Amino acid sequence: MAKKPRIGVFVCHCGLNIAGVIDVKKVAEEARKIEGVVFSTTYVFMCSEPGQKLFEDAIKKHKLNGAVVANCSPSLHERTFRNAAARAGLNPYRVEIANIREQVSWPHEHEPEIATKKAIRIVKATVERVKNNMTYIPFKVPVTKAALIIGGGIAGIQAALDIADAGHKVYLVEKSPTIGGKMLFLSETFPTLDCPQCIETPKMTGVSQHPNIELLTYSEVVAVEGYLGNFKVKIKRKSSHVDFDKCTGCGDCTRVCPIKVPNEFDRGLSKRGAAYMANDQAVPLVAVIDENYCAEIRFQNKVKEGKVKPREKPVCSKCVDVCEADAIDLLHSNEEIVEVDVGAIIAATGFDLLPMEKLPEYGGGKIPDVIDALAFERLLAASGPTAGVPKRPSDGKIPKTVVFVSCAGSRDPTHGMAYCSRICCMYLAKQAMLYKHAVPDGMAYNFYIDIRSNGKGYEEFVQRVREERDLIYLRGKVSKIFQRGDKVVVWGADTLTGQKVEVEADLVVLATAMIPSEGIRELAAKLRIPTDQYGWLNGAHLKLRPLETVTAGVFIAGVAQFPKDITDTVSQASGAAAKVLTMFSQPELEKEPIVAQVDTEVCAGCGICKEQCAYDAIDIDAKKHVSVVNEALCEGCGACAAVCPSGAMSLRNLTKKQIIEMIEILTQNY
Amino acid sequence: MKIPYYPGCTLKSTAKNFEDTAKLVAGKFDIEFDELYRWNCCGAVYGLSQDNVMHKVAPVRNMLRVKEVGEKQMVILCSMCYNTLKRANYYVRKNKDRLDVINAIMYLENTTYDGSVEVRHFLEILRDDVGYNRIKKEVKKPLSGLTIAAYYGCLLLRPEEIAIDDMEQPTVMEDMMKALGAKVVDLPVKTECCGSYQTVSRKDIVADRTYLILNEARKMGADMLITSCPLCHFNLDRRQDLAKDRHHGFKTMPVLYFTQLMALAFGAGENELGFESHYVDPRLILKERGLL
Repeated sequence: MAKKPRIGVFVCHCGLNIAGVIDVKKVAEEARKIEGVVFSTTYVFMCSEPGQKLFEDAIKKHKLNGAVVANCSPSLHERTFRNAAARAGLNPYRVEIANIREQVSWPHEHEPEIATKKAIRIVKATVERVKNNMTYIPFKVPVTKAALIIGGGIAGIQAALDIADAGHKVYLVEKSPTIGGKMLFLSETFPTLDCPQCIETPKMTGVSQHPNIELLTYSEVVAVEGYLGNFKVKIKRKSSHVDFDKCTGCGDCTRVCPIKVPNEFDRGLSKRGAAYMANDQAVPLVAVIDENYCAEIRFQNKVKEGKVKPREKPVCSKCVDVCEADAIDLLHSNEEIVEVDVGAIIAATGFDLLPMEKLPEYGGGKIPDVIDALAFERLLAASGPTAGVPKRPSDGKIPKTVVFVSCAGSRDPTHGMAYCSRICCMYLAKQAMLYKHAVPDGMAYNFYIDIRSNGKGYEEFVQRVREERDLIYLRGKVSKIFQRGDKVVVWGADTLTGQKVEVEADLVVLATAMIPSEGIRELAAKLRIPTDQYGWLNGAHLKLRPLETVTAGVFIAGVAQFPKDITDTVSQASGAAAKVLTMFSQPELEKEPIVAQVDTEVCAGCGICKEQCAYDAIDIDAKKHVSVVNEALCEGCGACAAVCPSGAMSLRNLTKKQIIEMIEILTQNY
Repeated sequence: MKIPYYPGCTLKSTAKNFEDTAKLVAGKFDIEFDELYRWNCCGAVYGLSQDNVMHKVAPVRNMLRVKEVGEKQMVILCSMCYNTLKRANYYVRKNKDRLDVINAIMYLENTTYDGSVEVRHFLEILRDDVGYNRIKKEVKKPLSGLTIAAYYGCLLLRPEEIAIDDMEQPTVMEDMMKALGAKVVDLPVKTECCGSYQTVSRKDIVADRTYLILNEARKMGADMLITSCPLCHFNLDRRQDLAKDRHHGFKTMPVLYFTQLMALAFGAGENELGFESHYVDPRLILKERGLL
């Protein structure tokens, strides 16, 4: 700071949150004694409109060239006061927050004297920091007005439609051959009992017909480079051996394919060929050839590896022969890498269910008539393998006794999922209801821990089901499930009567825990965003910024963030789309200038900082042997400055000099 | 190969036939059970109190005996002893400060314990060191006429950290019996509780557990049940008389140690197998199947 410092200190009472513990008047008095401080005051709520007015007026009146606001965490109101400073003509980066609420008044609630002393120190240290703060101007970055959406479930579909309707280009990437996601598996949806064929497929065709949406099914994101407004994304279009432009979706190839493998769309309850279409409502309505199972492709691969000799006639070419559109080519892979430029990315990768094998105490994966809830959805669905008549997998009989087991893996730290999967109570009630519709003389038992029905119309739905449908709800956990003859025995407890319960069932449906989609951690690493311990994607702030991530320009939507129902998923998807559209409404984007900087005179180009950088923002200039910071990518975390052995790397407005001066003040003897 | 062997109290009394047949089986694979000198009670039940290490002194002292003779591993037959020693070992490995306290309590010992000893159950040694192929080769009298249900109880499998096999769906004993040529059933209640020490004051509870477990095995077509735990064995064998009284139509079923059947298959004579101490005599059915 070349000019003489003229710093103002503003101490907030935060009602009684701060003033109830800390002597705020004394803090302001002590602050006034610091060299360079020309003004100090307190106010009951600094963040209120009169509080901000006071702040702006003081800057103008006292010609301040720096300000310290002693209040709550900077994550709450740093932006508030930096904006206020800008309005008063002070560079926003000359304002810093001294956090005396989360760091002082709350933890030291019962020791006001110590709290006051600590608050004074923090204020003194922050004033010292502000004396060395420099003026910075936010970077301007251009914005490519196109969005990438990863995941073609209902979240991705909704976000794609919202952004495309606003007139912007959308690339929708989906790893399976169709969009629609898990919602398309469902028979009917709670609490209104609409079928997804009625409410989701119109949105799916809306996507395929939209001029602004480019659909990339059977594709995966392989690399993400760039930064806010300017991402370059590499997408692998997996080899389908089918020309999607030529394929008419007639399905002839799927009918002649002699290979039979478990059909994912029916949770393995039916078979599909190596040539297959995901389902009858697939969008796009095209076939793909599954390289893992196609006899001809596997033979060709063996020939390439030199394991077998080539033959004159193909092993199998039934699909090729029958295809009138001439769309199939088994001999050549049509894998390709597509590169797209986008300004924003939404991750909407959804969920999987806990594999049944993880629940050996429930006979998961071993007893054929113990199935997960998505499999039961298929048995109830008109489009399913049994055309909507629930028949059990082992012998095709209609089950007369069905046991539904809640919390199979959820709310269970020993299975690694301490969380509630949130939707199971509701869908089990719905499934029991639909089962009783289909089999009116059947018995349905539901073991539960608590019934969690906290949505619009949800509790009413559960009560209605329980009363009208004559279901037996048993409050207690199931301990063991095993086969006895052709019955499945369920042992559990009814904690309301204190009795042990044994039910001989024909079919058991487990509400297995929802877990993040396979590959979520790898994708999160590519997007440079964190996950929680389970793999769910983390927003920038759980409550106040749930859709944004720590990487600017990357957003999240749907179950990829945490289990939620369709209503919440769709709401969140529209929310994420709105965030993207806000970005796209700007001619240029502003980027925080508080980034790392290199003293190239000192830097030896050792590269330790590059290894530390979570955002790939540092490169080593091979010729000059120095680090180079990509300011657009840098998020200003300071990890590089902390590890730099020579001190060449520093973070703007938090230089080593500033840090050491603050530490000196904070560690002085009383 | 010599391996330090910790017997525990029952192996010298009611489960003498378990020890004898286990030694016989081990001998077939050149494994010699080298009984520890001055072994003491295992502690009988693993102490769960968080702040009291007194209960862990007894098991730790036994592992110290192994360290004293310069060995790295030990073998145990009794499931209860295995459980208390293995868990105590796991505990002191995780909590070095607690180990210091235990060592301080054992100040009269010549050396201190450091968690270095591996506690192993005989089933693990048979499965992992010997292997089913070598077991198959030793079979002189295949058990082909027998259908066997294996019962594990809790002590070999819980908690998960000390389990010798999958804690919900263990198969080691079934695999062993298959190697001997027997037919096995996948008993769903193989990890259910046998009633444990309730056998002292509430025999009725144990009789009901016995009924539940053996009845399930009977329904699946098993001729007999095998176990590796002397307490399970006692409960499931001895309490069948009360089970008969309490459950109409209950049919008794012999309960054997897995080593008895192994020794039988390896050609041991009737006098070596210790069947005379069983409440439900297995000899009848074994003779019926031409195995005795």
